[in-house]
Amino acid sequence: MLIKKTDDIKSGEITDEKLFWNRRAFIRGAALVTTATATGLLYRKLATPNQQPSKTDVAQADPGIGHDAPSGEKVTSYEDITNYNNFYEFSTRKDGVAPRAKNFVTRPWTVEIGGMVHKPRTFDIDDLIKLSPPEDRVYRFRCVEAWSMIIPWLGFPLKRLLDEVEPMGSAKYVAFTTLFDPGRMPNQRSDVLTWPYVEGLRLDEAMHPLTILATGLYGKMLPPQNGAPIRLVVPWKYGFKSIKSVVKIALTDQQPPTTWNMAASDEYGFYSNVNPEVSHPRWSQATERRIGEWGRRDTLMFNGYADQVAQLYSGMDLKANF
Amino acid sequence: MPDIKFSKLLVFVNCAVPCALLGWDAYHHRLGANPQEFVLHTTGTLALVFVCLSLAVTPLRKALGLPWLIQLRRTLGLFAFFYGCLHLLAYTWFDKAFRFKEIVEDTLKRPFIFLGMFAFLLLIPLAITSTNNMVKRLGGRRWNRLHKLAYVAAISGVIHYYLLVKADTRIPLAFGAVLAVLLGYRVLNKFLPSLTERRLARTPAARP
Repeated sequence: MLIKKTDDIKSGEITDEKLFWNRRAFIRGAALVTTATATGLLYRKLATPNQQPSKTDVAQADPGIGHDAPSGEKVTSYEDITNYNNFYEFSTRKDGVAPRAKNFVTRPWTVEIGGMVHKPRTFDIDDLIKLSPPEDRVYRFRCVEAWSMIIPWLGFPLKRLLDEVEPMGSAKYVAFTTLFDPGRMPNQRSDVLTWPYVEGLRLDEAMHPLTILATGLYGKMLPPQNGAPIRLVVPWKYGFKSIKSVVKIALTDQQPPTTWNMAASDEYGFYSNVNPEVSHPRWSQATERRIGEWGRRDTLMFNGYADQVAQLYSGMDLKANF
Repeated sequence: MPDIKFSKLLVFVNCAVPCALLGWDAYHHRLGANPQEFVLHTTGTLALVFVCLSLAVTPLRKALGLPWLIQLRRTLGLFAFFYGCLHLLAYTWFDKAFRFKEIVEDTLKRPFIFLGMFAFLLLIPLAITSTNNMVKRLGGRRWNRLHKLAYVAAISGVIHYYLLVKADTRIPLAFGAVLAVLLGYRVLNKFLPSLTERRLARTPAARP
């Protein structure tokens, strides 16, 4: 077949070969850069912790600060304590709580204490905080997810408050309730747990000198993500027992329902004492990752507070009463 | 048909981007309070993402009538294996400090670890037989049958994820839903290909 020579394209108009290849290379380069950037942005959006670079706090836990300071163990950095939180009322992502709780308003705030007490009372938070001078308590904090921290709390013994309202002789348990307000705690709109979050202790556990109501950490006011304005801290139990942003405390003669127990009763018991010998049904509790450390450490019985609290459970089968 | 060589490069670079950023963030200590857990979870999620992407190639090429897409699948599958390797390394190193006896005990005792290991083991023969040479040696039909294991690996991987989550199961369920769509497409395609495939005008000629 004869191909007719076309003269409508002058030879001068033909793209120079070099330029042709350059353009091709340019388009390819642009495609690579554009898609890689898009992928990178997608990754950033989906998989980047919302946290400032963590600085390891070199301050040693001063055994003189709290009478139970685990001496020699480094206090976890303020950045880590305030950016790695389980607080499902705000987010189920541990690094997602701090940004979403940032503007949580904690005033006005009242805490109602009632049930089987002689002097039921509703406290304004600022009066409650002043009930007893804040004490420094440097405690180990062991999450059921097998990570741990050393946290310098400010707070006062729960016993101090309970004495104030005078529990009746028939009272055997203390029930705690977190604020329920989906407008302020947005993830309460999801059904990931039943709301409001509730927790409970046996009365003798609640009266134990290690059990505190915390109102601050690192000498500062408690930040929202850590349970502002007031939270329970029970250092020998898994972290979820230490209920945050408490609005109600009630004494009862019945073992109160607890949120995680309602969510999965075979995995989270009422007691939930830290116990390296009793595994979570799905993972081991024998070791833990201390935030800020590289390797894992052995988990201690009662989180290292056995000397102070083991007698509360003498004669009890801790495997059955997990 | 587009330039396959360049398309492959494009896919390769994009697949490597998450790994590069993870490394960059690790180098700059920007992985949060629990960097070991972050690496573990991110690499695991990426392995699942790439397993799903590689399983999405066939539905896409059929539904869109773009047969050449098949040539990009190997890269996606190999990256699924690569992120799976990183995930296993993170577990072995960060969680178990290379105490292999403990790993074996963990695997036998805990269903979610078992399923994760199972999924990873299934990916090994798929990675080994991913070369053109191996396709030829096995023959297309046998190779295809072997690579159906990718479905089993994907399902195990999703259950592995579901089992380790404490209460918020949305993400593993989302992976499950994606997988259900991808597998559902194949079932539908088997019985009603007219519904699921966009045939080219000259279909008979296009067939091998």
